[in-house]
Amino acid sequence: MVYLDAIQSSDVKVFFFAGLLTVILLFGFILYFLFTYRHKQRDFNLLQEQKDEIDNQKHLVENTLRDLKLTQNQLIQSEKMASLGELTAGIAHEIQNPLNFVNNFSDVNKELLSEMKVELAKGNLQEINSLIDDIISNEEKINDHGKRADSIVKSMLQHSRRSSGAKEPTNINTLADEYLRLAYHGFRAKDKSFNSKLESDFDTTIESINVVQQDIGRVILNLITNAFYAVSEKKKSGIEPYDPLVMVATKNITTASGESALLLSVRDNGNGIQKAAIDKIFQPFFTTKPSGQGTGLGLSLSYDIVKAHGGELKVNTKEGEFAEFIITLPI
Amino acid sequence: MKVLVVDDERDVQILFEQRFRKEIRNNEMVFAFAFSGEEALEYLNLHQHEAVLILSDINMPGMSGLELLDRIKNKYKTPPPKVMMITAYGDKENFDTAMRLGADDFLTKPVEFPVLKEKLKAI
Repeated sequence: MVYLDAIQSSDVKVFFFAGLLTVILLFGFILYFLFTYRHKQRDFNLLQEQKDEIDNQKHLVENTLRDLKLTQNQLIQSEKMASLGELTAGIAHEIQNPLNFVNNFSDVNKELLSEMKVELAKGNLQEINSLIDDIISNEEKINDHGKRADSIVKSMLQHSRRSSGAKEPTNINTLADEYLRLAYHGFRAKDKSFNSKLESDFDTTIESINVVQQDIGRVILNLITNAFYAVSEKKKSGIEPYDPLVMVATKNITTASGESALLLSVRDNGNGIQKAAIDKIFQPFFTTKPSGQGTGLGLSLSYDIVKAHGGELKVNTKEGEFAEFIITLPI
Repeated sequence: MKVLVVDDERDVQILFEQRFRKEIRNNEMVFAFAFSGEEALEYLNLHQHEAVLILSDINMPGMSGLELLDRIKNKYKTPPPKVMMITAYGDKENFDTAMRLGADDFLTKPVEFPVLKEKLKAI
């Protein structure tokens, strides 16, 4: 019995310890699971939070990008408007001139017709013939100058409108000449003391080429205005003797690869471009003008426009002597 | 009377020749034309004392009409030709400068030819 008891009690102890161990292990496991679960839950929550944060940031960045694009478009538009503002006086002057001719030549024709009446009564055929010739030639002048005013108003409207992006056959010589005059009178209206010699050398063998007219017009305008600014700054610096000169030229060329292309250059004898600036001039927002005077978008936009036409915009300069911008456009 | 007209607009020549055709035909007036300030000075060098009157535009590329006026009045003193300025910009600054430099008259564009004829007859 005692033995049995002994056995029984040792068995009980074994069972007891085994049971206890199981309970402890079980408890341990539960604790472990609970602990890791809570840990995982925390990790998960953290991840979720991070994901939300990233989503938030993404939205923010997307919004900012959209805002930036909008602002960029507005900037491009305001750059366009600013250059239009610069042109306004030039445009007024350039419309006034042909209108004067229209008015004056039509007045003259009225006089000539009254004279013809007198000659008709006299039956003086020779005189009548010569009067008719004069009247016809005057009518042609009226028509020419009317068209000139018309084309100026059209190009002004085109300049202010958003680009349709459509390419159309364009006479680059006419376009360059028009903008040269507009820019000149516009610049002069702003700064009465400004004056510069203008030289143009247009290759008349150039036929119309397909370009987005208002875009290329803006490039030409931008390059010419820059040239005027450069010569006027050099003049203001008081260097003597100095005769400001801006030259615009076009040329039909054959590229190294044997393709024909059109070359348009705008050259000024201003102070040229500093070495340190030359790599930056085509970057957006880079300007050498005093703050508030330039948007720094002119050349960068010009560069993009020429690129979009499959062409090239390059610069040639010598500090203190000249700057020349050369556009090459495929024909 | 010989008149030198200076303007960068080339059609000014045809306009003047038509506007003054009677006077030209009757030899009352002779016109010469220059299309820049530089050309005008060249003309005056070659034909000294011929032009009695110079009608000049102000706003011209290169030498402006005011610069031309200044040079003429300084160079040709005995007797200086009369210089009439014609400009699209009739503002005070242009007017004052022209007067200070010795302009004899100042007209604004568009030119009223009957008025101009009256003024020319008075000279």
